[in-house]
Amino acid sequence: MKKIEAIIREEKLEPVKSLLEALGYHGMTITEVSGRGRQKGVPLKWGAKEFRLDFLPKLKIEVVVMDEDVSPAVNAIIRGARTGEMGDGKIFIMPVEDAVRVRTGDSGTGAI
Amino acid sequence: MPINSADTAWVLVSAAMVMLMTPGVAFFYGGMVRRKNFLSTLMMCFVTLGLIGLLWVAYGYSLSFGPDKGGIIGGLNFVGLLGVGQTPSSVYATTIPQLAFAAFQMMFAVITVALITGAVVERIKFSSLLVFSALWFTLVYCPVTHWVWGGGWLQKMGFLDFAGGTVVHITAGVSALALAIILGPRKGYYEGERMDPSNIPMVLLGAGILWFGWFGFNAGSALTSGGLASSAFMTTYIAGAAGAVTWMILGWCYQRPSVLGVATGAVAGLATITPAAGFVQPVIGIPIGIAASLIGFYMMAFRAKKTRIDESLDVWAVHGMGGTFGTLAIGFFASLAVNPAGRNGLFYGHAGQVLIQLTGIAAVWAFAFGMTWVIGKLVDLTMGLRVSPTEERIGLDISQHGERAYGGPLR
Repeated sequence: MKKIEAIIREEKLEPVKSLLEALGYHGMTITEVSGRGRQKGVPLKWGAKEFRLDFLPKLKIEVVVMDEDVSPAVNAIIRGARTGEMGDGKIFIMPVEDAVRVRTGDSGTGAI
Repeated sequence: MPINSADTAWVLVSAAMVMLMTPGVAFFYGGMVRRKNFLSTLMMCFVTLGLIGLLWVAYGYSLSFGPDKGGIIGGLNFVGLLGVGQTPSSVYATTIPQLAFAAFQMMFAVITVALITGAVVERIKFSSLLVFSALWFTLVYCPVTHWVWGGGWLQKMGFLDFAGGTVVHITAGVSALALAIILGPRKGYYEGERMDPSNIPMVLLGAGILWFGWFGFNAGSALTSGGLASSAFMTTYIAGAAGAVTWMILGWCYQRPSVLGVATGAVAGLATITPAAGFVQPVIGIPIGIAASLIGFYMMAFRAKKTRIDESLDVWAVHGMGGTFGTLAIGFFASLAVNPAGRNGLFYGHAGQVLIQLTGIAAVWAFAFGMTWVIGKLVDLTMGLRVSPTEERIGLDISQHGERAYGGPLR
């Protein structure tokens, strides 16, 4: 089991959600976050003054999938979230030890 | 004529109420845009209180209400409010100081320019909007006001517009459409990105302020404090109520009775009754209010589904089409029994009024659309109407104003 954490543009939630759904990944958690990447935000010019807008609002999507589903899910997120410009976001993949469904107490792969 | 203190008091209070409508529009629009553009949308409306107010005093009142020049425009006699004093005008609102009349009319000019901004939110460059607004006010608002109210050719022809269905709502709605076409859609609009309202409670607050202010707008346009003002007051309320209920039911037929819908319906009813409020029986506010929401609702759907025009907050569908229908309705429902200074419509034996109203509507549509097209193109070619794609993505609050709606200024 792996957790996919994707930081994406706010306006790309809809395409990412529908692409993941089309592949059968229905469960996900969304958080409003702000952050910056390697380019340290966006430079803006106000008159003569240079200004760097460092933390931009983004959305974080968390999806937990089976090991073999990682690459199709990641591809779906990329397809939905990509514009080709700086600021498209990042995807992090990490191992998950176990998952438990609260209602039934089921654990393991049946719980995700 | 001597000054009537009751009339003066009512018009001054009305002017203050209409002034409050511009912040009302600001919140009505502001709540409908995405969070990153909330402040910029408020700012576009609020700044007109400053900019257009100054231009009105400088030359706008004179171009609109100065002595007639060939039916087209007012003379420059009142530049800088020269000679506009504490005594009544011999032509307009003859029982109140001319300063009260000029102040009341100033608020109309301010809100008309603010109304247009609903079409261009979330992508227009603020500096370009200011230049556009100043030019539009000078070249569209002042002439049309003169034609309809200042002794111009439409007024001489017998064209009726009680409180601005044509002067305010048709000009703003049609110009909104033209400017939105020139400016192009918001980034992501064609791709189906979600552009949901960020704060519907603010929309309702704005609509509430507008509804309150509209009593000044319409009943104040009687320019006296007696029976006509009372009739227009009641007619206005009835049309707003009918509009709100109708839009709610329409929304219910397709989905749910939405808060956004009831607020929009009230504004549609109020905008549509505006030209007719002082010419028709109060109960006529019911059919006009119902028609206002039917027209606004389906025109909005038409604009969104059948055209590719991102006229973002539907100024054209609600104000443009509403103002058009209300102005036309006068041709049918106007009655001299309500307002002896008006005329009879078709149902009271004067069929010709329909034709007069249609002529005025056609002329103002064509003039407002054409002039806005020219001004919009001019500003676009010289300074550019749009922000850069990066600025648009970040949002206009930060890129244009350096502030956020939540979290204060950036340093």
